[in-house]
Amino acid sequence: MSYFMIIRRESLVAFRNRHEALSPLLFFFLVCLLFPLAVGSSSKILDDISSGIIWTAILLATLMSLTHLFRKEYDDGTLELMMLSHHSLAVLVMIKLAAHWIINILPLIVLAPFIASALGMDLHIQGALLLTLFLGTPSLILIGATVATLTLVIPQNGMLLALLVLPLYVPVLIFGTSAVDAAASGLPTAGPLYMMAAILILSLTLTPFAIVSALKIGISQ
Amino acid sequence: MMKWLHTMASSAWFYRFAARIVPWLTTLFVLLFLYGLYGGLITAPADYQQGDAFRIIYIHVPAAWMSLFIYVVMAIYGIIALVWRIKLAEVLLISSAPIGAAFTLLALVTGSLWGKPMWGTWWSWDARLTSELLLLFLYLGVLGLYAAIEDKRVASKAISVLTLVGVVNIPIIHYSVKWWNTLHQGSTVTLTDKPSMQIDMLIPLLVMAVAFKVYYAISLLIRAKAELIEREPNSKWVRKVIEEDNNE
Repeated sequence: MSYFMIIRRESLVAFRNRHEALSPLLFFFLVCLLFPLAVGSSSKILDDISSGIIWTAILLATLMSLTHLFRKEYDDGTLELMMLSHHSLAVLVMIKLAAHWIINILPLIVLAPFIASALGMDLHIQGALLLTLFLGTPSLILIGATVATLTLVIPQNGMLLALLVLPLYVPVLIFGTSAVDAAASGLPTAGPLYMMAAILILSLTLTPFAIVSALKIGISQ
Repeated sequence: MMKWLHTMASSAWFYRFAARIVPWLTTLFVLLFLYGLYGGLITAPADYQQGDAFRIIYIHVPAAWMSLFIYVVMAIYGIIALVWRIKLAEVLLISSAPIGAAFTLLALVTGSLWGKPMWGTWWSWDARLTSELLLLFLYLGVLGLYAAIEDKRVASKAISVLTLVGVVNIPIIHYSVKWWNTLHQGSTVTLTDKPSMQIDMLIPLLVMAVAFKVYYAISLLIRAKAELIEREPNSKWVRKVIEEDNNE
């Protein structure tokens, strides 16, 4: 039952701090808005780079949301209680990350088709885009959470987190955009999608251990 | 108490060992390096396509090999540090990082210098170049994380985990970048299908590769010595080895 309690608690906390939960969404929206302003409103250019714009913005918004992942729990001692509980810490962490994904990333995925339409992306390509987002963003959260946990002991970890996380995001970005581009040029998208699924399975199985050991390092201090 | 004694002993032992072996390694390095340079710059024939410009390979390729080699070695130190909690492995891990970053930078810079006359551009988004650049950021990340955490024991554990995360990701990054490049455009220049090297070109290259490895060992030992002292400035063994040094 307590697994469900974590999701409930996370949602409640997010609902009470609505402005905080909204910030990745607004950030995502604004980054997407910057591109047409920067490269010009020519529909050809925007159409060519729309998948790149959305994926880059998702990457940055995920990064933003990670800076406060585990931060409050670390400061107020919730993490210690989670570690002391008789449940497996890895499972608790995974549920917390699932809640984080639902609260911070799911709204972005919901918003993405609207932005994609505004950038001139065709409907059938948007299906591929949504598929890549659903396959890719959980990996982003898992990989990012591993690194974010390592930087918990550093009070202002924003810039460092970007330096540590973004190189590790490259594979997801490449496969995500190439699947959308393949769909746009009428090619089969299965290859990159399978690769993304493989990355997701790899992160689902490996990162819990890394996150738990990183949490133990952070708490031991 | 026993554990404490053990670590103290091993720090002191390592320090003395490093101090003794560095002069020998330096001699070996100078000999290998001079031989490699002489072989590469003078006795090896000029390339039939690239002329004398290809000779930068004697710095570029060993540096690129070292950049990957050191990261893998760091991951091994990371495992040792996390599993057996050996302090020395932590010291060796953090001492390796700046050397690896320097080799990566050297490979990038020499590659860029080589690329200008050969490909007509300082930089191309070739798969190898891009993944080498990402490797540089992985090194900088390790250095940045270590510098940002004040308690160095905690910092060492954190970078051990980070290095392991990185080493799992390196092949994925490399192949995804490779795939990205071939998907978007056929690579105009690849380094892979160069003509197989002549033997008198190859031998200096291998000698240089060994020389670079010896250089890494020297640099690592000197850095590790300094790091050991920095971590335990007030311990007895440091006072003892410094007294020994002064008496010599």
